[in-house]
Amino acid sequence: MSEAVARTVMRPAAAQRARVAAQPFWNPYFVGFLLGLVLLATYAVTGRGLGATGAFSSVAAWLAGLFSPEHVAGNPVHSRYWNDGAPLLSWTIFLLIGAFIGAFLSGRQASRIALTIERGAHVSDAGRLALAFAGGFLAAFGAKIARGCTSGQALTGGSILNVGSLVFMLAVFASAYALAYFVRKEWI
Amino acid sequence: MLPLAYSIDFSVMADLAIAVLLGIGFGFCLERAGFGSARRLTAVFYLYDMAVVKVMFTAIVTAMTGLFLLSAAGVLALSDLYIEPTSFAAQSLGGLVFGAGFIIGGYCPGTSITAMATGRKDGMVFALGMLAGVMAYAELTPGIEGWITSTSQGELTLPALTGVGMGWWVLAFVAFLFLAARGMDWLQRRFQHLRPQTA
Repeated sequence: MSEAVARTVMRPAAAQRARVAAQPFWNPYFVGFLLGLVLLATYAVTGRGLGATGAFSSVAAWLAGLFSPEHVAGNPVHSRYWNDGAPLLSWTIFLLIGAFIGAFLSGRQASRIALTIERGAHVSDAGRLALAFAGGFLAAFGAKIARGCTSGQALTGGSILNVGSLVFMLAVFASAYALAYFVRKEWI
Repeated sequence: MLPLAYSIDFSVMADLAIAVLLGIGFGFCLERAGFGSARRLTAVFYLYDMAVVKVMFTAIVTAMTGLFLLSAAGVLALSDLYIEPTSFAAQSLGGLVFGAGFIIGGYCPGTSITAMATGRKDGMVFALGMLAGVMAYAELTPGIEGWITSTSQGELTLPALTGVGMGWWVLAFVAFLFLAARGMDWLQRRFQHLRPQTA
């Protein structure tokens, strides 16, 4: 309550300063420990781990189904996400809805919400957004081939010592380190 | 006893409510770690901030230790857990493409949601790119699915592959984490000059 009052009486410049003073991130090892507990809880409750790419596959199956359910039934990818005609009731979609809420609450508490574009100083906003789209496209395509992403393969599979997940992680880091030099202007 | 879903028949609503609750924890952790920021995420590839590896490695080791302890205590059978079949070919190729997407786009699928939730427009565009990517995969190259299956080695874990029990692997990973922590601190000092001066 007092905070709300303070915000209304604050002069614009002071309010601006207060808004941009984002809190520091938590210690990475501590957050990693918490994230590990979330992953462990997910295993203990569901018998499967976390995942993120599946939610996008479900949305794609839903979109395709708006045009032609027959096409979805005959497609080996879409059909796996059709969920008997309710692709949007996918577990992973709801996991990501939760993730959105959790991230928002965390970001709000730490004053880190800002309508902005993350980029280095040597790339334009439009250039950065084009690269974000291309990167998202590639990441999704790669995750489909690998049958999982950082959540479904690296975290989930890694913790059960799945050999394919460990191979996936090595390939991801090898590829990103090899390409980092060529896109350095986007970031540093 | 565990996993709970095997002994309790959750309704669809309960199942999805559980998903939202676990997701809140997931998203909260990712944001707390700074993974709503593409520059914080990609910093790992320029070695001046290794937070991505620190968080992921610690999370994996924590969950691995927990799974081992639960199984040793007899409350969870590891054989009950879902294990994605390994295909060396698919996980290598997919990982290479995914890594390219990560460094070019600045996010991975889960962290793009975190970025979106905290107002990052590039996170939103990354997620749209992902939707286009899964759609292109399904519509243009559905034949890859058969290739993944045909190159599969089946369920394969390190204990099964090596004959060394999970407990020893857990010990090895914990030890490696402590060594890696020291190594990463050295790397961060060595490459601190790459840290951008602008916030």
